[in-house]
Order: sequence, then structure tokens, then C-alpha cells
Amino acid sequence: MTLVRTFSTAGRVLTQIRHDERTIGLLLVVPSLLIGLVAWIFVDTDVFQTIGPAMIALFPFIVMFLVTSIATLRERRSGTLERLFSMPLGKGDFILGYALAFGFLAIFQTAIAVSFAVFVCGLEIEGSIWLLFAVTVADALLGTALGLLASAFARTEFQVVQFMPLLVFPQVLLCGIFIPRDQLPEVLEAISDWLPLSYAIDALTAVANDSEDAAWIWARILAIGAWIVGSIVVGSITLRRRTP
Amino acid sequence: MMNNADAAPSGPAIVVHDLHVKRAKTRVLQGLSLAVPRGLIVGLLGPSGSGKTTLMRSIVGVQVVQSGTIEVLGRPAGSPALRRRVAYYTQQASVYDDLTVRQNLTYFRRVLGAPASDIDRVIERTDLGSVADRLAGSLSGGQRGRVSLAAALLGNPEVLVLDEPTVGLDPVLRVELWQLFHELAADGATLLVSSHVMDEAKRCDRLLLMRDGELLADDTVAGVLAFTGTDDVEDAFLRLIDRGEPDLQPHDASPHDESSHDESAHVAKHVRTTDPDSGPGSEARR
Repeated sequence: MTLVRTFSTAGRVLTQIRHDERTIGLLLVVPSLLIGLVAWIFVDTDVFQTIGPAMIALFPFIVMFLVTSIATLRERRSGTLERLFSMPLGKGDFILGYALAFGFLAIFQTAIAVSFAVFVCGLEIEGSIWLLFAVTVADALLGTALGLLASAFARTEFQVVQFMPLLVFPQVLLCGIFIPRDQLPEVLEAISDWLPLSYAIDALTAVANDSEDAAWIWARILAIGAWIVGSIVVGSITLRRRTP
Repeated sequence: MMNNADAAPSGPAIVVHDLHVKRAKTRVLQGLSLAVPRGLIVGLLGPSGSGKTTLMRSIVGVQVVQSGTIEVLGRPAGSPALRRRVAYYTQQASVYDDLTVRQNLTYFRRVLGAPASDIDRVIERTDLGSVADRLAGSLSGGQRGRVSLAAALLGNPEVLVLDEPTVGLDPVLRVELWQLFHELAADGATLLVSSHVMDEAKRCDRLLLMRDGELLADDTVAGVLAFTGTDDVEDAFLRLIDRGEPDLQPHDASPHDESSHDESAHVAKHVRTTDPDSGPGSEARR
């Protein structure tokens, strides 16, 4: 693994995306549109005030997961991954290059989503908007990292699409959107305590209500960071130079 | 024969011994042994599904192999030191459609750590100057293939493993590419070029004929033609298949009679003379 190869890979991925304007548009706008839709659904109630922070976590997370896992899968299908693995590119260069490129995009995506939720949809944030932004970026990066992990495991498009319900849906179900986490059955609550999306939603809700101090929030961000690093490391190890 | 002189000082570029490979539960290669001498163009010929791509993937180190050894430039296939000395051209052009030709080559150059001047050199060699700033996805199939080939030329690799590089090309381009291959070989590179178009065989220095994961012949073009008594590689190949004898002795020799090797083993002789390990075991081609 070398810095030059990692950054060349990240730069190459971003150049590819730059040539696909529609993808850039979708990537940047779709989470905001979905947040807008949720706000509209609950326009006459105060539900959006409660679940709005969770939506900011959810949509960028899912979008980044999908985009990243498909992008790396495309690389596998086009034969370029095989070419790269016959070259002196480290597996870590590949995974980290993708993580950097999509992480970079995630910053813009979440900036737009947070601004849209707060300034257009009128979501009231009592705490620091910068902390809100920091949690959301970490959460989108988590989507990217899990997407990379899924694509390292998957061999076909079909498998990648199945990894989405496997890796993403349980986290969504257990993260406290449907029912507060402390009301879950004991076992499920214990599981949800370990899932990274739970940290993201806890942290975002806490920022929105200003119910915890910054140290508590940063601890959650750190936990998400550990998941990101773990996924990237496991993804790099799982990826195989030799395939059957 | 020429192979002794070529191979003796530095050893063959590629030595495959008793290679077994399964893909999707099918045994693609079963005990394949062969050697590719340095500085030559060796044609790997055989019908689709004969195991050419699997063999090439094994040589560049991206194929899971069940057993057997492969040495490339004296090192085990796929070892890190080989990754900049061995270039691989995949059957399907492996380039990024959403990058320009130049951007593709720039990325691969950085991965290889080749000098920046290499990009213009390979663009010129593959005659892509006029399309260098177009997206690879907007090029014709033949042009995309040449982008992929240009990437394989980056960093002046010592061994080029080219999987059907001329497929789908018009005759003019095909001639040009073969000229390029000969120039590369003259510069000292070793080329293993697969094709299922038999008439391309004439342009190779040596031939490896494969069928169903087995080696039917390993000889010079003239050797194969003389042995089969034809003047056309396609006919020669068909005759070799017709004989159905795994060891391919001439009609009058008994297939397992070692004493008849010297005068009869035009075919598959090379394995014996350059790979001391294989010895009598070279019959593993069966």
C-alpha cells in the first residue's frame, strides 16, 4: 500500500464520476428530496421534529452504501479489478481509494441534506449544527465503508443487492426510528446497542434536542469511526487477488 | 533446435508444471506442463473453452489454482515482484469507459509507477493519438481494445500475456498489431498471445496448441506443420485433434515408447528440453 496509489485511485474514481453528471446530481440531491418528502408527509403534525434527525442519518447512509457497493462491483465486472490485481496495486489502496473518493462526495451530499432539512424543511436544531454535520458525515462514510465491505464479499450484482437487506435493513429496524430503542425486547436492544446506525441516530437526536454534551456526541462519532475503520480493514482482507 | 540456445542462459520466461485448475466445479486444466522461452512470441491456440484464458490468468497470478507450480521469470507466478514486470491484457478490454484514453493510461501508469513519458509512448505505439482525449466508452470495440493494450505496454513489461488481442479487429489493424508484437519481442520481451484464429499462428515463433485443458503440441510453426504433414495451421490443428492420441506420436511410433522420442518429438519436445523437472512426467499432459 502506498499513498500515491491510494490517492491515484481516489482521484481516478472522482474523475469517473465527474464524467457522469447525472450521477453527481442524483448523489447530491436524492437524500434531500427524500427528507423533503418525509417533511411534507408530516407537515400538519410535529412528527418531523422527532424523526427528522433520523432521516438525515438514514438517507445518506443508504444512498452511499448502494452507490459504493455497485461502483466497486462494476470494477469487478469490467475486468479492471483483475487488471489492477495483476499490477502492483495493494488491496488496501483499492478499498481506501474508494473510501476517500466517496467520502469526499459524502461531505457535499450531507452538507446539502443537512442544510435542506434545517433551512428548507424547518427542522429545529437546538444543539450545534456543526456537530450535526459531523455526525452525518460520519454516518455517510459508514454507508460507504459498509458498501465496500459488502462488495468485497459479493461476487455478483445479485449478491450485492442482497447484502443491502442483510447489512442495512436490520440496522434501520433496530435504530430507534420505529420504536425507541429502550422499548425493544432485551436481546434486540443489546444488539442495537452495537449497531453503528444506532449511534448515528442517538447522536443526531441528541444534537437536535441538545440533550447531551459535545463529549457524549463525539464518543458516538468515535464509535461510528471504529466501525468505518473496521469495515475497511475487513474489506481489504476479504478482497482476493486470486479468484476461482 | 533454437529453443535450447534461447532458453539455456537465463531459463525460460514461463515454466508451468503439472498445473491443475478447477473453475466452477469443472476441471479446466488437468496436469498441464509447458515452458515459454524468453524473447519469443508464443501463440496459445485452441478452440473456445480449451482453457487458454484460465492458463493465462494462472500465469499472471489472478487465478486460484488447485495444484502445480508456475514460475515466471524465475519467481512464483503472482509474486509481488512480478506485478510490474508482467503485463496482462484481458480478453474483454479492461479499461474505464467513463475516463478518457489519457486518463485511463495516467491511472494505470501511476499504479505501475512508470514514468510519465510512458503515456505518450504507448499512445503512439498503439496509434491512439487522434482519440487520446475521448472517453474510452465512446470508442469502437477495436479502439477500446487498443487502449487496453496500451495500458499493458506501460512500464515496458518483460512478459506480456495477451488474451485474444486481435479479436474483432480489421485485417489492417491486425497486421499492425502483429508488427508491434514483433517489435516488442525484438526488444527482448516475451509474449504469450492467445487466439482461436488459427491463421494468426503463422505469425508466432512457437505454438502451444490446446484442447480441453490439454496441450496437443508445443513446437515451432514449421515443426507443427511438418509433423502433421499439412501446410495450414488450421488443418494441422484438426489433424492433431483427429489423432486423439494424447501423446501425439507419429502414426508409426507407439505412443509410450520413449526411444522414439528423438526423431519423432517435434511436438511437445520443448517441454522436455527446457523443464528438467518435468522429465518423464511431461506425459502429464495427458
